[in-house]
Formats: sequence, structure tokens, C-alpha cells
Amino acid sequence: MTMPASSQPDDFRHFLHQALRSGSFMTGLIITLLIAAMAALSFIWTPYDVTNLVVANRMQGLSAAHPFGTDHLGRDILSMIMVGSRNSIAVAIVAVGIGMGIGVPLGCWAAARGGWLDEVLMRFNDVVFAFPALLSAIMITAIFGPGAVNAIIAIGIFNVPVFARVARAGALALWPREFILAARAAGKGKALITIEHILPNIASILLVQGTIQFALGILAEAGLSYLGLGAQPPMPSWGRMLFDAQTRMMIAPNQAIFPGLAIVITVLGLNLLGDGLRDILDPRLRRER
Amino acid sequence: MTAYLFKRLAIALATLIVASVVVFAVLEVLPGDPARIMLGMNASPEALESLREQMGMNQPLITRYLNWISGMAIGDFGRSYTYSSPVIELIAERITVSLPLAIMSLLLSTIIAIPVGIFAASRRGKLADTISMGAAQVGVAVPNFWFALLLIYIFAVALRLVPAGGFPGWGDWWQALKALILPAVALALPQAAILARVTRSAMLDVLGEDYIRTAHAKGMPRHIVLWRHALRNAMIPVLTVLGLQFAFLLAGTIIIENVFYLPGLGRLVFQAITQRDLIVVEGVVMLLVASVVAVNLIVDLLYAVVDPRLRAR
Amino acid sequence: MSLLEIEKLSLDIAGMPILKGMDLAIDAGEVMGLVGESGSGKSMTALTVMQLLPNASRTRGRVTFDGIDILSAPEAAMCRLRGDDIGMVFQEPMTALNPVKTIGEQVAEGIRWHTGANRPDAEARARAILDRVGLPEARFPLSRYPHELSGGQRQRVIIAIACALKPKLLIADEPTTALDVVLQKQILELLRDLVDENRMGLLLISHDLAVVADMADRVTIMRHGEVMEASETAKILTQQKHPYTRQLAEASVHVPVRNAPSRSGSAGVAGRGGAHEDPSFPPPPGPAGHPPHKGEGKSAPLLVVEGVTRDYAGRRKSLFSKAEPFRAVDNVSFSLDAGQSMALVGRSGCGKSTLARMILALDRPTSGEIRLLGQTVADKSEAELRPSRREMQVVFQDPYGSFDPRHKVERLIAEPLHLLEKKPARTERREMVAEALHEVGLAPSDMDKYPHEFSGGQRQRISIARAIITRPKLIVADEPVSALDVSIRAQVLDLFADLNQRLGVAYLFITHDLTVARAITDQVMVMHEGKIVEEGRTSEVLDNPQTEAARALVAAAPDLERAIARRLGETA
Repeated sequence: MTMPASSQPDDFRHFLHQALRSGSFMTGLIITLLIAAMAALSFIWTPYDVTNLVVANRMQGLSAAHPFGTDHLGRDILSMIMVGSRNSIAVAIVAVGIGMGIGVPLGCWAAARGGWLDEVLMRFNDVVFAFPALLSAIMITAIFGPGAVNAIIAIGIFNVPVFARVARAGALALWPREFILAARAAGKGKALITIEHILPNIASILLVQGTIQFALGILAEAGLSYLGLGAQPPMPSWGRMLFDAQTRMMIAPNQAIFPGLAIVITVLGLNLLGDGLRDILDPRLRRER
Repeated sequence: MTAYLFKRLAIALATLIVASVVVFAVLEVLPGDPARIMLGMNASPEALESLREQMGMNQPLITRYLNWISGMAIGDFGRSYTYSSPVIELIAERITVSLPLAIMSLLLSTIIAIPVGIFAASRRGKLADTISMGAAQVGVAVPNFWFALLLIYIFAVALRLVPAGGFPGWGDWWQALKALILPAVALALPQAAILARVTRSAMLDVLGEDYIRTAHAKGMPRHIVLWRHALRNAMIPVLTVLGLQFAFLLAGTIIIENVFYLPGLGRLVFQAITQRDLIVVEGVVMLLVASVVAVNLIVDLLYAVVDPRLRAR
Repeated sequence: MSLLEIEKLSLDIAGMPILKGMDLAIDAGEVMGLVGESGSGKSMTALTVMQLLPNASRTRGRVTFDGIDILSAPEAAMCRLRGDDIGMVFQEPMTALNPVKTIGEQVAEGIRWHTGANRPDAEARARAILDRVGLPEARFPLSRYPHELSGGQRQRVIIAIACALKPKLLIADEPTTALDVVLQKQILELLRDLVDENRMGLLLISHDLAVVADMADRVTIMRHGEVMEASETAKILTQQKHPYTRQLAEASVHVPVRNAPSRSGSAGVAGRGGAHEDPSFPPPPGPAGHPPHKGEGKSAPLLVVEGVTRDYAGRRKSLFSKAEPFRAVDNVSFSLDAGQSMALVGRSGCGKSTLARMILALDRPTSGEIRLLGQTVADKSEAELRPSRREMQVVFQDPYGSFDPRHKVERLIAEPLHLLEKKPARTERREMVAEALHEVGLAPSDMDKYPHEFSGGQRQRISIARAIITRPKLIVADEPVSALDVSIRAQVLDLFADLNQRLGVAYLFITHDLTVARAITDQVMVMHEGKIVEEGRTSEVLDNPQTEAARALVAAAPDLERAIARRLGETA
């Protein structure tokens, strides 16, 4: 009658079995892998050189030579999307890394320590949440100068409270559990218990949150680039391509449609991956399907 | 109840004060000389000095902060350097665009999302659930400014139903409303997709609770259980997300107002940043932060309305 | 014809067979007890009658209620039956009421729906039934919310909802399992009176043979989805024809074989570890050897609790008044000798678990002192506590929540080895774990499995193995058998008794179940509202309680033998 409280990540075959049956996980995984492969491929090969401006080829529609057409400077849109994916992925990965690297220890610490420290950390979170993320990102990039690095920092800072909250909530739910009390009765300190028991048991919710923040990071980076605050030309980026395409929307809609689709597909893939992971890793949520 | 109220109010105030320190520090302390930032690298020493004088830069930091914050408390946000007019006037003018836009999109997103979420939850696993949640999954992935471009292309360029951008002012309210409709839709739909997913999963969580079984055991039919028992309990997570979405919405206006060339607060703050008009940036950012804090306070109060357990505190 | 007739009912849920051709019949005004261990399908039988089964269920057979074929009845017809002709009471009162609606709304809702009464009339009827179930208007107006009521009071509200329209059949699924014995007695009496008053049929589902023996006219015993035996209560329990019935009955009155209880003084020697010499397993080194006894002749007690009090911050009445602290444990003093087995009994919320946590140094007393082997345990750092922690370990109630689901049994059992000054090497560690598994009756090969691969009873054995691996002098066990089925419970109690004899370990046994206290403890303390109100030898206190709190506990405890005796008296 009673189900095991949690799945066994060590039981890899069980995971694989579940994963293969989860439609959203497999779809998400395939899309994500394809995007990652596209980014990797762009380092060694693209159909055209995106730094080489051939003005004679500008503003072309769809053709066999240029499947997605060319932009106002004659660059191949497909090649630009390929190279632009690097930027999106790099910014999002590092931003998630910053958020996890700072947020998770903070959240675990707050949950283990409790009391005034917990209160202070959570109020600090409130303050960060009070700033609309994009607004602050705009402030940071405007003051410290536009560019990919500042965009990463700006997006990363706003991942910190998100991960801190998720880690703290997960840890707080675990601390009163009997197996944690048993570990305390075994003389283990709070730091050791956090490493041995808390972190492995909140890893799955952190992983799921990671894919969500990754997707949001890609959206945020696109927004910043669109405003001219992200990666700087000539480095292609999806948001910047949309900005360039905007004024020529009526004569060349393809220039806006394909970079946008790239964003949608990437974010969709990551979200599907996250949803699938949550279903597999957390049997309690499985019933929601 | 009063204790809960006061605690929330105190937290909101403390958040505002800390936020003001952060804004002040980021904009006036960290990057070095604000006067130089505002005037650029080639400014003459005389111009720099007179601007410093005007901004009160020669006073100690604490005094400057206190002057700034107490000025804002009485509605004196300072004078814009680039527009040569009081910031409060700029804000008053621009807010007539941004506030209606924010309200329209929040309403639109709520009106679409909550019924869709409830419907999907009640049809869980059926075709209607799969289709609506598939659409929501895509909706979450769409960047609102790209969606805005598509809307412009379809409704303004191809069908010529509404203007592609700009704002005629509230003199002709029908034209004004027409100018805001596409931006509101562009802002609302991605938010609606998130909200619909949250509503659905909150409803499903609640539908698994013991008291739902009690209601069924009482002989209440499905639809009554759904509306009378499940919905109110499911509102708590939905309210949380609505509060968070307000901040997203404000940030979204910065981009969307740029896409549609709307003279709102988002465009004002974006232009002020690029023009290094720090006084305007400080004022508008604090206003936006205050509105986020205020909305979250309202959400906290709504929790207490929905949940009697909070009222007891 | 019977009120409810179940014939050859089979139920599959997602392909898993749950019920296999079960039969059951209840007449109007009859109380039917449905008894079985977890997984026997007794709750699913109730949900089938209510047609509230999960979506993936398939039923075969026939269920007739009052001439209506339940299995083929449309949902609209079932809605008319539920809450009107069939009422149901569930196990978990804390979650069974909607937290955002008043109790008045929740009781009146069903009345309005079924009778079409207007709001004032429905509320008047709701008021009347709430008065009837013991929630008078003065203290429990209709405008109360569930969170303002205790568990027992909430269960009364649920009974009011179920009985508001005087149903022909009331189904009560473990209605008192989540409550303490005193509340259990009150709720059962209420149910019996309501059934008598309105000539309702009652299907009483329980894992507790003693409860059912007391209440039911007839009993059906289930196992693995099949009916083992069904007959009149007195007959079934006195004859015990079916082996499974006999097994259940024996398990519920089981008393482990123990030598004469080791009394203080003499028992101290057995507990010093010297009595149990095992060359393959040297006891772990204590803090500079075992502390020598200061006293001449009589040894010092193992555990001394002196004037311990624990306050919790209370809820503030208004913004400016200071919060009134809640006193969970109030000036408690006692001592426990080595090798002694002591029970701490009391109603839920009396402070017994808080006291246990302070003894285990998992919580700090507000005032007072706790000494283990002469060493104080309060206000010490984890490092300073180590020598004390080696000497005391813990066994919790929940066999599922006691283990990190991500660790293998070896790592789980070895966790307290962290307390040793010298960490054992890997092979040595495996040997120690194997030894501990052997002590609790499990195979050494079990150490490479995960906890979810074990049943509840086996997990409780693993829990005990973890507790004894450092060879402690004291084990604090917090309701260690309450979550177990009776037959498993008997085995685990045997194990506790056996370890007490062989290892000389002392127990502090926290329980609300007097049968358990009687079975394996020498001494008992009765706790009430944070205070120890009575203590003495277990048999003396339980046979002849002096204080009101102890008398209430003893009187309320379900007792199978007493119930059978009463039944026989009725039939004779």
C-alpha cells in the first residue's frame, strides 16, 4: 500500500526505464541535445562565415543557398542562429551556476541555522525580489557597460534568491524528519548532515529549478541583447538579430521569425526537460500528469 | 490578524528602505563620480563642478542619502538633467501610459489563465487538458518582445486593424485604447501561460486532499466540489504567482514600450539609463520597486482573506 | 434482505488485484466490524460502497444497498445516496475538513444539498447535530474554523457531517486510529450512541481487534483482499477457529517472554557491558573506560533527570502584550537504572516526546538538568556530547521516515559509528553492521539493500540495529511499534525484550499504548500536561491507578480479553 518516499537516483536502470516512458522528458532531452550539438558544431563549421559581410547578398529570402535567408548586411541567418546559440547557452549556464553556487549554500545555511540569520537572509531575498529582474539587469549593464559578461552577472544575481528559496524550503522540510534526528543522535553536526543527507535529498528539486532558470536565462539574455545591452556586435546573438529585424518587419519577416523560433524551441525544450525530470524524480508529483 | 498585518507592513517598509539604500549605492557610490557619468568623459571641469553643486555632491554621503529619501517622501524626486524638468512631472505624464497598460495585461492574463487552468485540472488527462497545457507550455517559451513583433506584423502591418506603435494620448480614449491593445496582449499571453499552469497544478494538488473526499462523501457533485471547496484553497499559490508576475510585468513594460514606441515609464527609465540621467533613473526605479512591494503587501493581505489560519495570527 | 449486501466483489486498481471475491452483509441497526492488517483491502471495500475509488479501478461482483445496485448506479444517483443514506467517517481528522470553510458551512452544506432546506433551517439542523456530537454552541459556534479545533473535536465535526441526515448506513474507516486512547473511547461511545438512537447500520473498519470486539455485533476478518472468517463477535473470538483469527488475537495480547524484571541495584551490573562478553565484538571504548561508580554498594543511576522544564514561545494575544509561553514539560524529575525498562505513557500532546528529545540532547531544556552516567547532556557542543551520545541511541515511530531513502542499509546502520573516537576501517565496519543485523534477526546480506526494499517490521529492526551498533546503555524508543500491524508488533516487542536481556540495555519506552507498556517494561511513569503525575511498577500502576489521569488512560485502553469476557457475559 505504501509507496517508497522517494525514488532511488542510484538505481540508474529504474531512472532510465521511467525516462524512456516520459514523453516530455524525451522530447525535451532531444531538443536540448540538438541545440547543444548545433552550438558545438558552430565552433568548427557554419554554412557561411558570419563575420564576412557580403553586401551583394543582402536581404535575400528563403533559398536553397540560404535556407532562412540573409540579413541587411548579407549574412546568412542560419549561420547567425547557430553562432548565436553559443552566446545564449553560455550566458544561461554561467548565470545558473552563479545562482546555484551562491544561492544553494545560503539557503541550506539559513535552514540549518534558523533564527535571526534565517530571517536576515530571507529579508535580503525579499529586497532582491522587489527589483524587477530585467530592470536591475538594465541598470547593471548600463552602469558597468553593455556586454556578455555584465549580462551574465546581472542575470546570475537574480538567480541567487531563487535557488536560496528553493534550497531553504527543501531543507526546512527535511530537518524535522526522523532520519535527520537519527543522524543528530549519531553526533553529526549540521554541516555534515547538510552534506550527507540534505543536499542529496534536495538535489532533484534543484535540478528541476536549474532547468527552469536556464530557460529563463535564455529569455532574459535575449531581452537584454534586444535592448542592445547584451553581447555586442559583431558577435551574433538571437536578441540582437530580432532588434535588427524589427524595422524591416514588413519587407523581410523571415529575419525576425527564425531567431525568435530558435528562442522558443530552446526554451520549450528546456522546460519540457524540467517537467519530465520532476515527474520522474518526484513520485508524489507524478500523479499530476 | 493585527499582528500578521503589522508584521507584513513592517517587512514591506524595511524592504523599501533597504532597496533605497541599494539603489542609492549602486547609482551614486559604486561607479565613481556621478557627475562625470552624467556629463560624459569630455566634460569641462567647470560644468562638472556646477553639476556636483546642483546635485549636492559636495555634502557627505549620509546627508545626500537623507536629502534624497526625504525629498521623495514628499514627492520631490529631483530635477531631470536631460529633460530639464522635475522628475515627478515626467513620472506623472508617463504613468498614464504604463499604469493602464499594466492593469490591462494583468486583467487579460488573469481572465484567460484561471479559467483555463481550472478547466484543464477538471479534465485532467483528457484531450482538452493535453491541448491547453501544450499551448501553455509553448506560451511560456515565447519571449514577449518577439510575440509583440509577430502581433505587429499580423494585426498592424497585414490587417491594419491597429497602429503599429506610438501613443496618441488620452484625448481620444478609443485611439489610446487601440494603441495599447497589442502591447497588453503581448505582455499578457506569456504570463497567462505561466499562470494557467500554476492554477492547474494548484487545483490538482487540492483535489488530492482529504477534505475533497469528505465533500464527495457528503454527496456533493463534482462541479460543486470543484468550485466551492477546491478553488478557494487553490487560490493561495495562484495569488503568490500573481504577485511575482507583477514584477515581471513591470520589467516587461520596459521592453514592450520600446517595441511599440510607447511613452511610458519603462521607456523613460531605459532612455534615462542610456542618457545617464541618474536622477530620473533613481526616481523611476524607486517608484517601480515601491509598486512591487505594495503589490506583494496586497497579496499578503489577500492570503489572510482567503485563509482563516492566517487571520488567527 | 440485508441493508448492505456485498457478493463476490473483486476489485483491481491499475491491474493490481485488491479484493478477491469478498462477501459481506450488514442488517439495519447492526454493527459490523471489518478487521484486517494493512493492505488487506478493508478501506477499499468501504470506498467501493461509496463509489469513491481511484480512477483506474475495475470492479466485478455485486454490491446492493437498500435494493440499489451500487456498482452500476450512475454518479447522480450515488450523489443522492452519499451523505444522505450512507455517511462516512475517515481516519485522519486533521486533514478531512476544508481549512477555509467554517464548521457550520461544512455541516449545513450537505443538509441543504440533500433536503433543499434554506440556509437558516439548514443551519438550525447543523447546530442541533453539532450539539448532539458534543460540540455545544457556547464553545463551538457555527462560525468556528477547523484549525481552531483539536483532532478529537474535528472528528466530532466529521461525525456530525456523516450523521446529519440520519443515514441508514454509517461507514467508519479507522475513525480513532489517529487519536489517543482517551479520545478513542469517547469517539467510539459517541458512534455507538448515534447508531443506537437512529438504528443505523455501522461498518466499523479497524486494525484493532480489541476495539472491534467491544463495538461490533458481528466481525469479518480480512487478509490480502479475501474474507478469512465472518461470524458473531463472541463466537469468532472465543472459538478462534480460523488460524489467522487466532494469530491476530494472540498477537494483540502478546507479552514477550522475559525473566523477572531486573530491579534497580542488582540490574546495574548486567548493564555495565561486562555481562555480555562477545569475543568477536568488543564493546566500543568508552570515555576513558567506563566511568567508575562513585557510590559504595548501590550503583549510581544511568540517567538522572532533575527538574526539567521546557517552554515554547506562545502565540501573542495582541500586538503589544508579551507572548504567554507554552510549558510543554513542567519540572520533571526521575532516574533510570542501568538495564531497566521504563515506560513513559500519556495522552497525545502531554509532553512525552519533548522530554525524550531533551534526554537525547536533540532539544534543550529551559531549566533543569539531565545527566547520563554522571555527565550532563544539556548545553554542550556536539564534540563534548560524543561520549554521552555513544551511550544513548534512539528508535523512532515511523519505519518509513527513519531512514534517508538514498542510503543503503550498511551506511544507515553504521551512522552512529561516527561517534567512535577511532573510526573503524571499511571491513571492520561491515563486520560490525553484519553483527548488528544478526542481533536483530536480519541477514548480513541485507546491508547492501535500500530501506524501501523492506517491510515496515523489517525497517523497525534496521532502526534497532542502528541503535545498538555503538552498544549504548540506553535506548529511547518513541512509539516504536505504533505504526506496525499487530502480528509484526508482537515480533518487534519480542526483539526489544530479547535485547534487554542479552545486552543489558535500558529502555525509555514512550507509548500511548498500555498493552505495550505492560508487555515489556518494569517501571512506568504517567505524564499529564507536562508533569509526571504517577510512577511505579508497571503492573501496580496499571492495575491500580491512583491519579485521575492514569485512571482515564487505563479505563480507555482497549482490552481484548476484557471485551471478550463482556461479550460472553452478554450472550450467557
